Amino acid sequence: MSLSMPPPEPSILSRRAEIVAALGRIVPGEGVIADDARLAPYESDGLTAYRQKPLAVVLPETVEQVSRILHWCHAQGVKVVPRGAGTSLSGGALPLADAVLLGMGKFNRILDIDYEDRVAVVQPGVTNLAITRAVEDRTFYYAPDPSSQIACSIGGNVAENSGGVHCLKYGLTTNNVLGCEIVLMDGEVLRIGGRHLDPAGLDLLGVLVGSEGLLGVVTEVTVRILPQPETARALLIGFPDAESAGRCVADTIAAGIIPAGMEMMDRPAIHAAEAFVQVGYPLDVEALLIVELDGPMAECDHLIGEVEAIACRNSASSVRISSSEAERAAFWAGRKAAFPAVGRLAPDYYCMDGTIPRRRLPEVLEAMRHLSERYGLAVANVFHAGDGNLHPLILYDANKPGELDRAEAFGNDILRLCVEVGGVLTGEHGVGVEKRDLMPEMFTETDLKQQQRLKCAFDPDLLLNPGKVFPRLHRCAELGRMHVHGGALPFPDLPRF
Amino acid sequence: MADMALPTCEQDVADAVADALRDGVRLAIAGGGSKAAIGAPAEARALPMSGLRGVVDYDPAELVLTVRPGTPLREIEALVAGEGQRLAFDPFDHGPILGAAAGAATIGGVVAAGVSGSRRVSAGAVRDHLLGFRAVSGRGEAFAAGGKVVKNVTGFDLPKLAAGSWGRLFALTELTLKVLPRPRESRTLMLAGLSDAQAVHAMSRAMGSQADVAAAAHLPGRATILRVQGFGPSVAARCAMLDAVLADFGRPVALPSDDADAMWAALRTLSPLGGERPLWRISIAPSRACAAIAPFRDEAACLFDWAGGLIWAATQAEPGALRAAVSAAGGHAMLVRADARMRAAVPAFHPPAGGMAALETRVRRAFDPMSLFETGRF
Repeated sequence: MSLSMPPPEPSILSRRAEIVAALGRIVPGEGVIADDARLAPYESDGLTAYRQKPLAVVLPETVEQVSRILHWCHAQGVKVVPRGAGTSLSGGALPLADAVLLGMGKFNRILDIDYEDRVAVVQPGVTNLAITRAVEDRTFYYAPDPSSQIACSIGGNVAENSGGVHCLKYGLTTNNVLGCEIVLMDGEVLRIGGRHLDPAGLDLLGVLVGSEGLLGVVTEVTVRILPQPETARALLIGFPDAESAGRCVADTIAAGIIPAGMEMMDRPAIHAAEAFVQVGYPLDVEALLIVELDGPMAECDHLIGEVEAIACRNSASSVRISSSEAERAAFWAGRKAAFPAVGRLAPDYYCMDGTIPRRRLPEVLEAMRHLSERYGLAVANVFHAGDGNLHPLILYDANKPGELDRAEAFGNDILRLCVEVGGVLTGEHGVGVEKRDLMPEMFTETDLKQQQRLKCAFDPDLLLNPGKVFPRLHRCAELGRMHVHGGALPFPDLPRF
Repeated sequence: MADMALPTCEQDVADAVADALRDGVRLAIAGGGSKAAIGAPAEARALPMSGLRGVVDYDPAELVLTVRPGTPLREIEALVAGEGQRLAFDPFDHGPILGAAAGAATIGGVVAAGVSGSRRVSAGAVRDHLLGFRAVSGRGEAFAAGGKVVKNVTGFDLPKLAAGSWGRLFALTELTLKVLPRPRESRTLMLAGLSDAQAVHAMSRAMGSQADVAAAAHLPGRATILRVQGFGPSVAARCAMLDAVLADFGRPVALPSDDADAMWAALRTLSPLGGERPLWRISIAPSRACAAIAPFRDEAACLFDWAGGLIWAATQAEPGALRAAVSAAGGHAMLVRADARMRAAVPAFHPPAGGMAALETRVRRAFDPMSLFETGRF
């Protein structure tokens, strides 16, 4: 593994027993884990290529405990890595040898459901799907649906600004969260937002969401819940080439239709999925599109016809329309199983997550084929086609010397390509440690320093989740320096912050 | 103080910031001036943005528009309408509310003020649809944040801070916004004779139904209105749904489009709340709306938008008491219109609690260490 993390501080490592004892005084009983065997499950998150045992794991149950833990660690200069369910695909919860891992799994209660204002107030360890389960008997649901929704926690969703197949129409986590309670690194507890729509001042909630655990620890989340659509129907459309599929997507949007989901798979992904789940995907096509429409029956019936006509105009070679829930589920079964299905083709796979302007898809796929040949590694593509979010799956074998490094180099080239064509490094998985060192591909040093100054406003000692997102963490004092023009200090009368 | 040449590019803005830092003067970023009458009267060197104007890139199929901030809002609305689209959020022009001319608002001002009209309840706000930006910080440095694609989680989401920053963090020099298809049809249903409380219940019932209501508002003494937008067959089906959902509140009547447009325009221009009385903008959970304004409801003139989540109130209520009542109900109140003396004494923004105030200040200093953009207006 080529990743370099902040070197562990010997002075912290040597104080391990004292730190464990102090944590034990704050969270008595079973709340602190320090023996090697029981630390093992916390060594990595969903990005399993990277592993590191934490200094200790602490599992608080109350906000007060979280506050005291952070306050104590802050005072003692001990780093803290927050963790939800540990499903991050970018290493957001990767431990550090000299950091306390703060597990929020015991915050698992739904605190309030308010159908009048259409909000749910939940603790951060509640799973994404559990929110929908709690409100579905009243025909409501929580819209963002990351593929890990059965396991991932809402606190982790807030940290990563998680998406899902429906976010083209319903938005990411950030568009569906109204308020949070957070604890800053120094232990201060703050409420940001609430059940109202607009913030009173700066939109700090907006930067907290997606901050990858670098700004604060979330201890309560208020989310919007939505009425379930009356129905949903899907089309399964095969194309002889990716260009036609791409045109079909563009024409659908140009016709004023924003589908609930619009997913594309390339030939390797189609074949892998069909071999795995046998749902009748066409095997003689280069691209497969699943278009899902939701809303009132009358709307779905109307738009299904429109999309079918658009597909036919774009040389679709096959069109199937779901006539039952079972059939719709079957269309999705292959897509939802695409990762494990591709996983059967090779011992390991590496899932990428760049976004591109959709019109550049054919050339990006072509360039990816060249890269695939150059690196000697196969790649299968699943693609949130509506919003341009690519998930190339690179196949490799970690037991073959050098293949993991080659897979990572291939992945990095794909992400550079995404930035080159006007896109971004990550559409929904986050930067974490995985894309950290690629940040300069997308941002200048000035851009990155400005983002880090925001970090300094929340955590000036850089103790919360260090080593993530930024390739190099500048000390806050260094970032605060200003070059003074003409030797004169501006605003001599102003208090300095 | 020397007059500033009109900046026409990002470098000009950076130079203007550097000059102001050297001269020890503060900068008031100015767009079209439609919102200039909000906040305390302040003395500062103006940094006019009207020279940074025009469309940088517009690709309708990608749903993305990149513009310079000094571009008039109405030019942008006309441009995207020409492609059958609209901005993904619901902008409007503050001019008529504050006694200024209509049509002066710029897109930069709309974004900086986080302006959201009636569709905010279904479509989201500026903050939800500002994908990326370029700006010059209070350090005089040009920087970029966010991206130019509709889905992006790379780095901190600084565009969220830009929306509603009111010119206190940095000077925006380029904005990338999401656009969406314009709906084919729009229909407005009206219920008559509802009290505030009944109207909030009715709007909540409608928003909680499968009718996918685009906007819901209550004009006391006049009407409670619900807007349904989309494709023809869908609009018809959803209006029929609302008939059933709202049966407890009377029979909804479909308004002729002229009447409907007039009512929605009243919520944009706030024409029913004209005059001299101080005007407040109260953001609140809808179920608490009536409790929040109860202490001054009798003497206030109000409009309820966002299904009750936004109350515009023209009232002489004592500001401290008004804010205390709104705070107690979990919301906040912004002072939008008042005479200069009141604006000098009463902060436009609802004062945040201690810890939040300190954090907000630290965040401001992260972008503007010398308080260059702190004109005393807020």
